[in-house]
Amino acid sequence: MIQTQSLTYSYPGGTTLAFPDVGIQQGSVLLLSGPSGCGKSTWLALVAALVAPTSGEITVAGQALQGRKKTATDAWRARAIGFLPQKLHLSAALTVQQNLAMAQWAAGTPQDDARIQTALRALGVQELADRLPAQLSGGQAQRVALARAVLLQPQVLLADEPTASLDDEAAADAVALLLHTAQYRGATLVIATHDARVAALIPSGSEGQIGFRPLKLLRQQLQNA
Amino acid sequence: MKTLAFAWRYLWSRPLGATLNVLLLSLGLASITFLLLVAHQLGRAFDRDLAGIDVVVGAKGSPMQLILSGVLHIDVPTGNIPLKAVQELKKNPLVAGVIPISLGDNLQGFRIVGTSLDYVRHYQATVAQGALWTQPMQAVLGATTAAKLQLGLGATFVGAHGLGAGGHAHGDSTYTVVGILQPSGSVLDRLVLTDSASVWKVHEDFTALDAEDRKLMEEDREVTLALVQYTTPMAAMSFPRWVNTTTDMQAAAPALEITRLLKILGLGTDVLRAFAGVLLLTAALSVFIALWSAVRERRGDLALLRMLGASPGKVAALLLCEALWLGLLAAALGLLLGQGFAAALAWFLQLDNSLLIGGMVWPPELAVVPCLALGVSVGAALLPALGAYRVSVLELLQSR
Repeated sequence: MIQTQSLTYSYPGGTTLAFPDVGIQQGSVLLLSGPSGCGKSTWLALVAALVAPTSGEITVAGQALQGRKKTATDAWRARAIGFLPQKLHLSAALTVQQNLAMAQWAAGTPQDDARIQTALRALGVQELADRLPAQLSGGQAQRVALARAVLLQPQVLLADEPTASLDDEAAADAVALLLHTAQYRGATLVIATHDARVAALIPSGSEGQIGFRPLKLLRQQLQNA
Repeated sequence: MKTLAFAWRYLWSRPLGATLNVLLLSLGLASITFLLLVAHQLGRAFDRDLAGIDVVVGAKGSPMQLILSGVLHIDVPTGNIPLKAVQELKKNPLVAGVIPISLGDNLQGFRIVGTSLDYVRHYQATVAQGALWTQPMQAVLGATTAAKLQLGLGATFVGAHGLGAGGHAHGDSTYTVVGILQPSGSVLDRLVLTDSASVWKVHEDFTALDAEDRKLMEEDREVTLALVQYTTPMAAMSFPRWVNTTTDMQAAAPALEITRLLKILGLGTDVLRAFAGVLLLTAALSVFIALWSAVRERRGDLALLRMLGASPGKVAALLLCEALWLGLLAAALGLLLGQGFAAALAWFLQLDNSLLIGGMVWPPELAVVPCLALGVSVGAALLPALGAYRVSVLELLQSR
């Protein structure tokens, strides 16, 4: 679950964003839609505890994020948050297998090749384990990045613009894959996108779909108090 | 361990850049290694070969030349001195011992040294095979000489005139090998030792026109120089001055001359050291640029590592480990290259059998090389690592 209350964030330049309160249950899907620069990415960073809010409270996966030590926050993020960035950032120097092993290294968990194989198999890319990212198609690379995101079985899966630069068919595949993966793992899925097609690709009210409500984040210019 | 493994893969994802950086750093370190090796081995050779010799008395000329030719056997002597004058030296109460040295011939480039048995005892050399000479025209070979020339006991040879290979052979005067010395690490290893009388005989046989001429030559026998030991250290104050002012000979103190030599060599080593410093500085800049570029190129990858749970320190450590690898590889290569340079120099010096320096020697001073390598590489990586430490995930999220 994700809960936010009275959340604001001030950029170093003085611009402050105020976010609507959010409260969603574990396993649900949240779509953050809106134009570029409206604060979607900042909200993701706040939920992942990569930046601290200027004011307000955030609870993610049962943990209040305020007042935690940085090292504890890093360890919590590794376990609780899975992240699929728009640019996939698969390391060009490492094979698919090694890219996933690096995620385990980053999280501070022992390398577990069996778990890596399972994650790749679940996304149908196990045969690509020894390839370098440059040898993958766009779709294959996205599946590998998704396998990396869910490798440590996070409770929250954050996807940033997962359909950018994709044609309609590929975009539909990408969203379906995200929904399937999140649902399979019981993770809360947050999709931040300015792509209007995504809302239509999420099957509202279908069985097993707990809740989905589009959220508009409004940019507000506030005076520094 | 995994950090090192990932850093290794990142390093070699840019093979050309990594190779050039390792090479650049290695060249600087090889120069330092070479300097350390040469300084160590020269110092050891001087200590070993000059030990116990208080002063060298020889013909007037360059005192340093006298030391280099008479003690280290790497230069030509200044001339000869009368045997009688050397015998007079023995009577001086300040003199505890005199070892005559007669030079002039060689065996395939190895110097034939006419001397007394005191010379062998002075360097505490022991006989590996056979025995020391008991009469003229018997020769005892140093260990290196015997090994290089593959001469055994009972072998015979004739010397050639001059100190380098290729001189006129003294065909009528045959030496017989009666002993081979154990390797001692001293100058004796690369000499052919014989009684002083052998050298006189060879040259008298060669030049005497008749019996009368030979008799005259016997009366005017000479040696090349004399190694002198004092009875008291106080002799250093007066004995050299006495020799230099009251005789036609000169006295040269090895300690003074070697200090002067090292000072002269020091100018050369200072230039080499400065050159090595410039190479290391260039290498440091190159490593810095490479890692700085790596941080810029991989900014997104590094930010993603933060997103995946890596602490800023862990991300920075990845960069530092890349530098560590560069340093370790460069240290290993630099040490080997430095040894190679020293071995190459030794090979050149061996051509005139003046070996003082060799490769594949590992004095403790060389420990400074890996320290320097790691210092330079990790030092150059500090700023890039700080960049990695401060990488912003929010920027990653906001970049499109």
